[in-house]
Amino acid sequence: MATVSPALDAHGHADDHSHVHHEQSFISKYVFSLDHKIIGIQFLMTTLIMLMVGGALALAVRWQLAFPWENMPVVGQLFGLFRSEGGQISPEFYTMLFTMHASVMIFLVIIPILAGAFGNFLIPLQIGTDDMAFPALNMLSYWFMWPAILCFGCSFFVAGGTAGPGNGWTSYPLLSDLPTAAPGSGSSQTFWLIGLTLVGVSSMMGSVNYLTTIINMRAPGMTLFRMPLTIWSMFITAILQAFALPVLTAAGFMLVFDRLGTIFPTDIHSVFFIPANIIVNNSAPTVGGGQPLLWQHLFWFYSHPAVYIMLLPAMGMVSDMLSCMSRKPVFGYKPMVYSMAAIAGLGFIVWGHHMFTSGMNPALGMTFMTSTMMIALPSAIKVFNWIGTIWGGDLRFNAVMLNCSGFVAMFIVGGLSGIFMAAVPVDIYFHDTYFIVAHFHYVLFGSTLFGVFAAIQFWFPKMFGREMNDTVQKWHFALSFIAFNFTFFPMHMLGIAGMPRRYADPYLHGYLEHLLPMNRFITLSAIVMGFAQFLLLGNFFYSIFRGKKVGRNPWNANGLEWTAPSPPGHGNFDIAPVVYRGPYEYSSPEAEAIGQDYILQTVPHVKGVAKFAHH
Amino acid sequence: MKKFWALFFFFWPTVAIISCLIAPSRGWWFPSAPMSRTGIQIDGLFYLILIIVSITFVGTQYALGYALWMGATKDSASRAHFSHGSHKLEIIWTIVPSFILVFISLSQLDVLAEIRVISKFPEQATKIAEVTARQFEWRIRYPKPGEKLTTEENPGDLYYVNELHVPTGKPVIINLRTQDVQHAFFSPQLRVKQDAVPGLVIPVWFDVLEVGNYDLVCAELCGWGHYKMKARIVAQSQSSVDKYLKELEAEQNEDGTKSEAAKSDE
Ligand code: HEM
Ligand SMILES: [Cu+2]
Ligand SMILES: [Cu+2]
Repeated sequence: MATVSPALDAHGHADDHSHVHHEQSFISKYVFSLDHKIIGIQFLMTTLIMLMVGGALALAVRWQLAFPWENMPVVGQLFGLFRSEGGQISPEFYTMLFTMHASVMIFLVIIPILAGAFGNFLIPLQIGTDDMAFPALNMLSYWFMWPAILCFGCSFFVAGGTAGPGNGWTSYPLLSDLPTAAPGSGSSQTFWLIGLTLVGVSSMMGSVNYLTTIINMRAPGMTLFRMPLTIWSMFITAILQAFALPVLTAAGFMLVFDRLGTIFPTDIHSVFFIPANIIVNNSAPTVGGGQPLLWQHLFWFYSHPAVYIMLLPAMGMVSDMLSCMSRKPVFGYKPMVYSMAAIAGLGFIVWGHHMFTSGMNPALGMTFMTSTMMIALPSAIKVFNWIGTIWGGDLRFNAVMLNCSGFVAMFIVGGLSGIFMAAVPVDIYFHDTYFIVAHFHYVLFGSTLFGVFAAIQFWFPKMFGREMNDTVQKWHFALSFIAFNFTFFPMHMLGIAGMPRRYADPYLHGYLEHLLPMNRFITLSAIVMGFAQFLLLGNFFYSIFRGKKVGRNPWNANGLEWTAPSPPGHGNFDIAPVVYRGPYEYSSPEAEAIGQDYILQTVPHVKGVAKFAHH
Repeated sequence: MKKFWALFFFFWPTVAIISCLIAPSRGWWFPSAPMSRTGIQIDGLFYLILIIVSITFVGTQYALGYALWMGATKDSASRAHFSHGSHKLEIIWTIVPSFILVFISLSQLDVLAEIRVISKFPEQATKIAEVTARQFEWRIRYPKPGEKLTTEENPGDLYYVNELHVPTGKPVIINLRTQDVQHAFFSPQLRVKQDAVPGLVIPVWFDVLEVGNYDLVCAELCGWGHYKMKARIVAQSQSSVDKYLKELEAEQNEDGTKSEAAKSDE
């Protein structure tokens, strides 16, 4: 059984942290905890619940597309929300469903599960320190999620059940700006905006913390290029957050100021996005000199980098896991780091690819097209390196490996569909069709979530000292993967067939009528996929209490987190780690010399074996 | 079981490719052949990218599957191949894709310029109508027959809702506006799409190749009725369009008395 190398003591670095433990009340230990591991687990549980909420909203959307205007079975009668409609989804309710589905999934699931849950849990453990730089700020970053969830929740109800925010997660003005523009553009839209801002505050507190912690608190010997790719990805993500988020926050406040009348009974408001002479719903013409496209520029200046915030950490974690399950170093560690940095850098100059049909200057369109094409390059390099990592490995075919391979396979599809849309003339046809919907589900669900499925199982033993049942996870993988592809692959075809997104009833249009059977098939697959998630949740919660107990390093991995007890106590390491090598030296000559196929980062150099194997 | 999982990763891309191959015959493909000149170019670029992407898709997915297959069939005694990567490979797979991507970018420029750069609009293109989107319909304004279309409304302009008549075989321009929130003018058969942005008047040009009725729908979320902004583009010969506008003019000027006078004239 792998434990900490005894040689460590000889170096005199072993100071014992466990003696600082003192009795804590339940509240300060598990609720308002300052411990990064508890905060990470809090984020994980919250986001898993939100995943189910977002999933339920998605299934309601799918119901309408498969059986337009028909009463929803079971749920239709269950909630007061639907009862007013007799169980039927009204068009304005439909706009709210897809808006809230996207908002919940993006802001309450994907972003916080990566940075919030895994970032928090893994950063101090993998760089070998006892906690985050600012534990109190860290706690606040979790607790700011709840007012955000509350605001999103309120936005469902403030204006009556059917007038939730219905402007899409992109919230383009003027629909989202003039309160009279839609049933959901009143106070519910304001609540939505405040919720969004609060999520931003939470993320910002997280990223300040991650940056400081990674820069300042690495264990002795943990040079930048000995950091696991997970840490690199969290670092780069935090930089993206720190630079992009203020723009969204500013834009959000501008929109709130444009909508001041929905907060106070006042006629005074700004006109950042409101041009003159707009007549909405027979109301008086607007006065102003604003520009709605400004919102799109500001929104996408944040939200394009944000799509990488929703992916990079998963890329990092998958690299770690693939290396471990292939018992082989990551292929091209430095190219992996540089390509993540390139993605982040280029990510700031491609936002205009969301606006190719917006009437933006075509010269700008050409520039954005070229930069967007170039961002596919680092993505491709990463794919090749992942395949290179698996190639020639001594593979462990467990569910972690399968989910990671699924990640790579699905990312390829998402990246390739991106190329169609990066080409402006082709995007003129595909923009705002189901082709886009297929694209981003391949990257966000197919890649990020499958990566997260793997990560949950991989780091579960460190979180709870027990392991998840691998067979159940394999079933979960197989069902999710097949149902996922049956759900989203056909959406490419819907897009090619010209089916616009966000339509409550596409079949009103003759050229889309024949797509109903395909939409039914998609909905059926989506239901299977939704229910398959109960396998994950069941396995997760069952294993917390009943899973097989495991030791410090059940996967025979190299990272520092595996030298700490499972689960680590407050303060993490019983012996402060010192780092002697990178995290991916699986099957190295040194490892062989000590009779293993792995060698922990903390094991001192083995005498008589070349430190670096040259290949 | 290992082999099963490796095959699994061969199996699904195969299914994906087959479903793409049968898609056109099942109607899961473009709603019709492109019905405008730029539409033909757009489809050409789509197929160019489709070929490049399909080759990459098959190559990378099967490489992944093969890497898994090697792991599944390897004898359990042998260890993993210890390697940190290969400088040469990294350079190859950086340079080759970057050339392909630059090639794809460059191949788009001409068509993009043709569609969007106003100074490159076809010279003989005429402004035939102003299309104003509003929740949830399309309002069409034609200039009085014989007059030019201007941004301001003129007496004698002709109005109609949800039906745009265009002459075939020649480039035409519409002025796209919105009265309220953002919408987008989308005709799937013509492969034309342009957002209607509050406060802007955006000229859009296209030419319809064949006589027929084409869909005009909204492609930018504009409220609860977004899905029902259903209209059609009626493409007909110039003489039929002229006749249609004459009739529209007569209809619009009709005020009972005048038509009585017209009758007694005959
Ligand atoms: C190979 C790299 C990629 C390229 C070339 C690319 C390109 C594009 C383009 C051009 C669009 C806009 C399409 C349109 O609206 O007409 C788009 C949309 C989108 N992409 Fe990507 N993309 C890439 C990777 C990713 C990744 C990695 C993610 C997320 C993890 C992502 C998430 C999204 C999302 C969420 C949207 C839709 C936003 C919306 O309109 O609601 N993309 N992508
Ligand atoms: Cu983007
Ligand atoms: Cu619309």
